[in-house]
Amino acid sequence: MRTKPAIALEGISKSFPGVRALSKVSLALHPGSVTALVGENGAGKSTLVKILTGIYQPDEGVIRVDGAPTRFPSASSAARAGVTAIHQETVLFDELSVAENIFLGHAPRIGPGLIDWRKMNADARALLARVGADLDPSIRLRDLGIASKHLVAIARALSIDARVVIMDEPTAALSHKEIHELYELVDRLKADGKAILFISHKFDEIFRIADRYTVFRDGSMVGEGLIAETTQDDLVRLMVGRDIGQVFPKQAVAIGEPVLTVSGYRHPTEFEDINFELRRGEILGFYGLVGAGRSEFMQSLIGITKPSAGAVRLDGEVRVIRSPADAIAAGIVYVPEERGRQGAIIGLPIFQNVTLPSLSRTSRAGFLRLAEEFALARDYTARLDLRAASFDQDVGTLSGGNQQKVVIAKWLATKPKVIILDEPTKGIDIGSKAAVHAFMSELAASGLSVIMVSSEIPEIMGMADRVIVMREGRIAARFERDALSAEGLVRAAAGIREAA
Amino acid sequence: MADVQRADGHGADGQRVARHIPDRREGRAARMLKGWEALLVAVAAAIFLVNSFASPYFLDPWNLSDATFNFTEKAMIAFAMALVIISGEIDLSVASIIALTSTAMGYAVQLGFDTPALVTVGLATGLLCGALNGALVTGLGLPSIVVTIGTMSLFRGLSFIILGDQAFTGYPASFSWFGQGYVWWVFSFEFCLFLLFAVVYGVLLHRTSFGRTIYAIGNNPTAALFSGVRVGRVKFLLFLLTGLMSAVAAICLTARLGSTRPSIALGWELEVVTMVVLGGVNILGGSGTIPGVVLAALIMGMVTFGFGLLNVPGIVMSIFIGLLLITVIALPILYGRLRRRVTH
Amino acid sequence: MKRLSGNREMLLVVAIVALVALIALRFPPFVTPGNLVNVYNDSSILIILALGQMAVILTRCIDLSMAAALALCGMAAAMVNAAMPGLPIPLLILIAMALGTVLGAFNGLLVWKLDIPPIVVTLGTLTIYRGLIFLLSGGAWINAHQMSPAFKALPRLNLLGFPVLSWLSLAMIAIMLLVMRRTPLGRAFFAVGGNPHAAVYTGIDVGRTRFLAYCLSGMLAGLSGYLWVSRYAVAYVDIAAGFELDIIAACVIGGVSIAGGIGSVAGTVLGALFLGVIKNALPVIDISPFAQMAISGTVIIVAVAVNARSEKRKGRVILKKAEATHG
Repeated sequence: MRTKPAIALEGISKSFPGVRALSKVSLALHPGSVTALVGENGAGKSTLVKILTGIYQPDEGVIRVDGAPTRFPSASSAARAGVTAIHQETVLFDELSVAENIFLGHAPRIGPGLIDWRKMNADARALLARVGADLDPSIRLRDLGIASKHLVAIARALSIDARVVIMDEPTAALSHKEIHELYELVDRLKADGKAILFISHKFDEIFRIADRYTVFRDGSMVGEGLIAETTQDDLVRLMVGRDIGQVFPKQAVAIGEPVLTVSGYRHPTEFEDINFELRRGEILGFYGLVGAGRSEFMQSLIGITKPSAGAVRLDGEVRVIRSPADAIAAGIVYVPEERGRQGAIIGLPIFQNVTLPSLSRTSRAGFLRLAEEFALARDYTARLDLRAASFDQDVGTLSGGNQQKVVIAKWLATKPKVIILDEPTKGIDIGSKAAVHAFMSELAASGLSVIMVSSEIPEIMGMADRVIVMREGRIAARFERDALSAEGLVRAAAGIREAA
Repeated sequence: MADVQRADGHGADGQRVARHIPDRREGRAARMLKGWEALLVAVAAAIFLVNSFASPYFLDPWNLSDATFNFTEKAMIAFAMALVIISGEIDLSVASIIALTSTAMGYAVQLGFDTPALVTVGLATGLLCGALNGALVTGLGLPSIVVTIGTMSLFRGLSFIILGDQAFTGYPASFSWFGQGYVWWVFSFEFCLFLLFAVVYGVLLHRTSFGRTIYAIGNNPTAALFSGVRVGRVKFLLFLLTGLMSAVAAICLTARLGSTRPSIALGWELEVVTMVVLGGVNILGGSGTIPGVVLAALIMGMVTFGFGLLNVPGIVMSIFIGLLLITVIALPILYGRLRRRVTH
Repeated sequence: MKRLSGNREMLLVVAIVALVALIALRFPPFVTPGNLVNVYNDSSILIILALGQMAVILTRCIDLSMAAALALCGMAAAMVNAAMPGLPIPLLILIAMALGTVLGAFNGLLVWKLDIPPIVVTLGTLTIYRGLIFLLSGGAWINAHQMSPAFKALPRLNLLGFPVLSWLSLAMIAIMLLVMRRTPLGRAFFAVGGNPHAAVYTGIDVGRTRFLAYCLSGMLAGLSGYLWVSRYAVAYVDIAAGFELDIIAACVIGGVSIAGGIGSVAGTVLGALFLGVIKNALPVIDISPFAQMAISGTVIIVAVAVNARSEKRKGRVILKKAEATHG
């Protein structure tokens, strides 16, 4: 491992108005090696990626490419130096062809700077073959699935002859099988001598594919070394600066009578034959692979999408829910997975976010009562230990974890009977995660019924009283808490038969 | 219903730290001083001063009263337009709704309708036009900028089909009061209507839950929908409102002019949008205030009036309005950049 | 590229052919070659302008000032010609195009450097440019007798059966086809509108690309300014007033998505032709020319509804058996 680093950052600092995002961090990426970058949200990982790719300029410090000090004044200069990034949501162009997505910005030319489409398509085909993708380079990207788009992104990385490949949570949106294909690809890139920076929240994959690790906390580098010489617990301790056992604060709750009964729910293309009961004080887990139809089903429960058949009973009464407004009135609320798009209303202050679904209670004859709004916001956010400067602060200025607290407070303020939490801890830091888990337990203990959609096995196993596993739009298995096993969940979700 | 979540919440690591979060970070006065409205008040005051020095006729109450006619009708539409733009949509068909409404009323005059019936016909036409816009935008989910460019051609086109190069005249005397009557002293009916609508729209946007949902939709329509806001219904109502306000403006304008031609109010949509944007409403939706729009209306009215007194042609004035629009939006951006550069 | 955007253009071709056939049923002379050339010639300026607008809309912007820029450049060209009748016409065209480019660059700079929303910028410059015509001309008209014969003759000059005006628009179509399909700038227009965030990562300067789109639309507005003024042999403050909306309408009918990133040269040209056919057909089939406005309004609404349907994303199909029927 004593190769010369392909790229090295030395003493890099970057500040934004009011925030020091990075403080004298150093990082070296070696050819043929995978370095895992770990840290909580807000630790400075994305700022570092932006500096490496030329989007941001560091305030101080040196970037060395093959030992020579270099500056990346623009994204294209970083690309020319062989640095490329593959992002969380594959940032490509839906309306352009696969070949163009691979070659945009450095397409083969002929004559006076004209694009050579024939060569571009041929080269694209060759690159796609190298990443093991059998795709027609001339089809539009929007016609591809998410996994194929990832392969296109990687082909793009190869096309600029990248020497440094940054993968920013590349498996976040992938299914089990696709993740394994990605691992193989990373191994191949490594064998090709690329220097890889791998950013992930999932420890199992870090230990599966990384050679080295670097840990960031609050904008500083707090540890680095060889993966082989560390443990998951050590990394977690470095990340949070204290010990956090994977302890789930589950309270023992007496499960009561059925509150919500769903029967015969189906949709023409997304799910069918969904039947289950949810009881008072229960946390019902919904596990499955990404794309198993869990979110789609939950959104149909609150009237976003219309089921083609099926009935919902709440406390024994049949309820017809045509819109989220009906659902809220009936006492069913849904905390969506995509916090930024479906949950928080960036641009509005915290208190207005909290009171939005409850405006009928905080207003008289349609006229607002600000004092009551502030009181409601204060009441519900206090239970979640919100950290904010004031209640009229734009919710967009909060960290992801605190935004999630505002979103959950918003739903609790409607005084629901059933709360559906869709991936409630996705992408939030460990501290906020624990707060959300603790709060979920309290809710169940106080008599609420909770549905928790989660793709994280520890979370499902730690929090749920019962688990329903969905696969390809149907219920694949049901587990009681005492029958839960990680292996059983994975098998049911992936459709693997028990060996007879 | 009992508050079932009253269980004592405690924080992540077991110990409950009472963290006091204040309601607001700064007082009302500080917020107002920093606001867009403060800038507009300064601009309005400057123009007022310049005008009163430039022309001795400016400060005459009757002259000022006459001057209000050049913005009251547009401003009434601008109030409804502000709501539409805050919700993230736009309605470019307002001037064409005026044309169609005025034509419908002119047609009704030919059938011998009296004033109350004319007003009813006018308001109904405006509401129908608004309903069509609203249905196309919310029902079919089409982008409002293109839809209303289409209905802009359609509505005025219908006027052209009905009128060709003719004009409708012969409005009853009682009808012309809407455009030429005075409620008290120098206060015209139109100006009083403008003040009334300023209050009504100010209260609607800033003091009701309906107004709050408009901001929510403008900032994030998806999250608003998930939060139980009936997004489609709200937007539909907003298009109805712009249709209605265009009809009110059409009644005033037709009564004032005493005749209807298909080219009536040509190009007003851009002036109305300019007024709204000048008033500090974000063209991309999500923010803006009615007091801002009122100030912008006053500024545009005073500029027009002042230039008129100085015998400056209207078209030159439009250069000034165009420059004003761009400068007033560019200045805070430039100022913000400068300040950042200084503090660094 | 045919595979990427074939259907929309085919639909338009079918619509135009059907329209022409319908007109021919009531008025057969409409489909004589001579008349069809006329219809095309009559649509030429709209085609040129729509191509510029297309580039701007592709980058998620809009240019409401095009008609005003056209009028300003046309007035400038006419005044220069009136003052210096000896100046060669090609040079005059270059002057008009240069002035147009400057006007476009002003829009582009405001959008690029100050981040002002494009609709606000061009709403402002629309009134400013119109006002400038008044300042420039003092409100006076430049009439046919003040223009040199060469100035007026060029667009009408017949070459191989087509007027020069038509040849110029054909040349612009050819150039724009080349630019949009074969140059990095053309592809950057698509990329910037399709996904501005990702465009930055591929090394494309989003602001600069938008600036160049505005320069292009300004330049084409400048060219159209000369063509308009020489064709109608008159220049005054209000020429082409309201035409900005026809230009946008041509783009929308041609399948250019107002949200950016989607559109094609062929579609835009067909959209402009569609409007041109309607405008030329109304008088000959005894429909009042006053109906034209209402008809184009209806066409815009129908076109945007059709576009929205074809742009709608395919929902994710999760159920296996549904995949067989839907996928």
